[in-house]
Amino acid sequence: MSTTTTSRPTVRDTPPRQTTPRTGRRLRALVGAAYAAPTAVMVGLFFLVPLALVVWMSLNRWPLLGKPKFNAPANYSGIPEDELLRSAAWFTVKYTVIITVLLFVVAFGLALLVQHRRPGVGFFRTAFFLPMAVGFASASLLFLGFLSDEIGPVTDLLSWLGLVDGYVSWTSGSPDSALASAVLLVLWRFAGFTMLILLTGLHAIPPDVYEAARVDGANRWQTFGRITLPLMRPTIALVLTLMTTGSLLAFDQFWILTRGGPDNSTTSLVMVIYREAFVRLDLGSAAGISVVLLAALLVFNAIQFRVLRRRSS
Amino acid sequence: MTGVGVKQNARWGYYVTGTALAILFLFPLVWSAFASVRTDTGFGLENYDRLFNSANGVEFRHVLNSVIVSALTVGGTLFIATLGGYAFGRFKFPGRDVLFLLTLAILMVPYATILIALYVLLGRLGLEDSLIGLSLVLITFQLPFSVFMMRNSFEAVPVELEESAKVDGCTSVGTLVRIMLPAVRPGLVTVGLFAFLTSWSEFFAPLILLNSTDKFTTTLAVVNLRTASHGSIDYAALEAGVVFMAVPCLVLFAAMQRSYVRGFTSGAVKG
Repeated sequence: MSTTTTSRPTVRDTPPRQTTPRTGRRLRALVGAAYAAPTAVMVGLFFLVPLALVVWMSLNRWPLLGKPKFNAPANYSGIPEDELLRSAAWFTVKYTVIITVLLFVVAFGLALLVQHRRPGVGFFRTAFFLPMAVGFASASLLFLGFLSDEIGPVTDLLSWLGLVDGYVSWTSGSPDSALASAVLLVLWRFAGFTMLILLTGLHAIPPDVYEAARVDGANRWQTFGRITLPLMRPTIALVLTLMTTGSLLAFDQFWILTRGGPDNSTTSLVMVIYREAFVRLDLGSAAGISVVLLAALLVFNAIQFRVLRRRSS
Repeated sequence: MTGVGVKQNARWGYYVTGTALAILFLFPLVWSAFASVRTDTGFGLENYDRLFNSANGVEFRHVLNSVIVSALTVGGTLFIATLGGYAFGRFKFPGRDVLFLLTLAILMVPYATILIALYVLLGRLGLEDSLIGLSLVLITFQLPFSVFMMRNSFEAVPVELEESAKVDGCTSVGTLVRIMLPAVRPGLVTVGLFAFLTSWSEFFAPLILLNSTDKFTTTLAVVNLRTASHGSIDYAALEAGVVFMAVPCLVLFAAMQRSYVRGFTSGAVKG
């Protein structure tokens, strides 16, 4: 994974000199395992156990209060007919596509703008990244006021420019404007973070590759399409995975900003899971939806990896 | 146009675009600070007064809860990720690679899908509606990034440093504390800062894992102001809440930006 591992492969296995090689190595393995023990406990108890538990719960009638009872596959059989779930799934996929495309384009543009060291570049990078320091829930509340008619500047500004006329309810007026509000919020909050990841990828490209392209007389677009993009593939894959997974699990922005409305038009999948569990008090049904979502994500990630590996080989 | 002219135009374009975008990104932040102190009559702290003193506003208890959860999460993450990163980066033992992959796999299984199970599990462990339970969950979801980061940091430390300490008679723990930890400081700062930013402002996990209002973290209490208000929302008090939540993050971020960005980029490039 890293350059240091490959350049010094033997050193870590070298036993301390004062003991015989075999006992020394065994002792060192024991010490290493001891250091890893807390990680193992946490991963086992708070990741693997709940992962198994959510599958088990999905096979049971599991009320929030009261005793669970095996009822498979009742929690799954209702899923195809669930109207709200279907519209939430469709909306979540639509939102994911929109956000992935827009966020990627904006973040890549920002990364290209600030990739070279120049006077002022530090200020620009910080300005773009700073929204990341505001928590996502806080950022959602910030935009709730920012886009509101009561204290927000947006409607005033747009009506001053003559673009809108009078009262506009951005976050709850229409399905489209509610979605646009959330998209704007996510772009503002995550563009700088995504930019930073892309920037590390840009900086990992050796300068002499660009040098060679310039000597060969490649223009700016050719350089970008034939060198920058292909060499950025691992970074781009990482960013796309993070963005799609994050968007498929969208919650904060819709719960706080649009409350899933108007008319459930911005209700995401995780909001449906939350409602099943803590409003309808049916943990089993919520677990069923979780397992289906989890399976969909695994398939999606597997496909993405396969496509990626084929392209890079 | 001469070559110099093109260059100058490009520089102008760079600064005009950069400045315009910077203003766009900074504007909501500046606006919320402004909105939080604007009142009917001018400027003042009345919005903060309503934030902290209205019927279902933010209480001292909520702020204290946030501080406790953040401290537990930052401390726990640093402790576990340092030991884990040291183990993965410097030792060979059976099961090492499997455990490391499992830790990274937490990233692939988004926690929203297993949080219901965690809710049940914490109940069985006697940790329902508890700040400790919430912190344990937050630590776990901080681990993939943190362990990865610390492993890379430890791998980058020259082996000679560790060996000379051993020759001088340092114990294993002594070597870790006195020799290795100072060498991986940028990594530690990055991991700690990330853990703080996440735990301080996390919303979904406390929403599910905490039930009683006196256990609420500040994020929950501020969002509660919006949820509790049917009809008209007190936007100005909400913006005061946003500023109150954001200020510690912005201050810490500004203070540690150097090591943060360095730790982040070195970790990512090597991966």
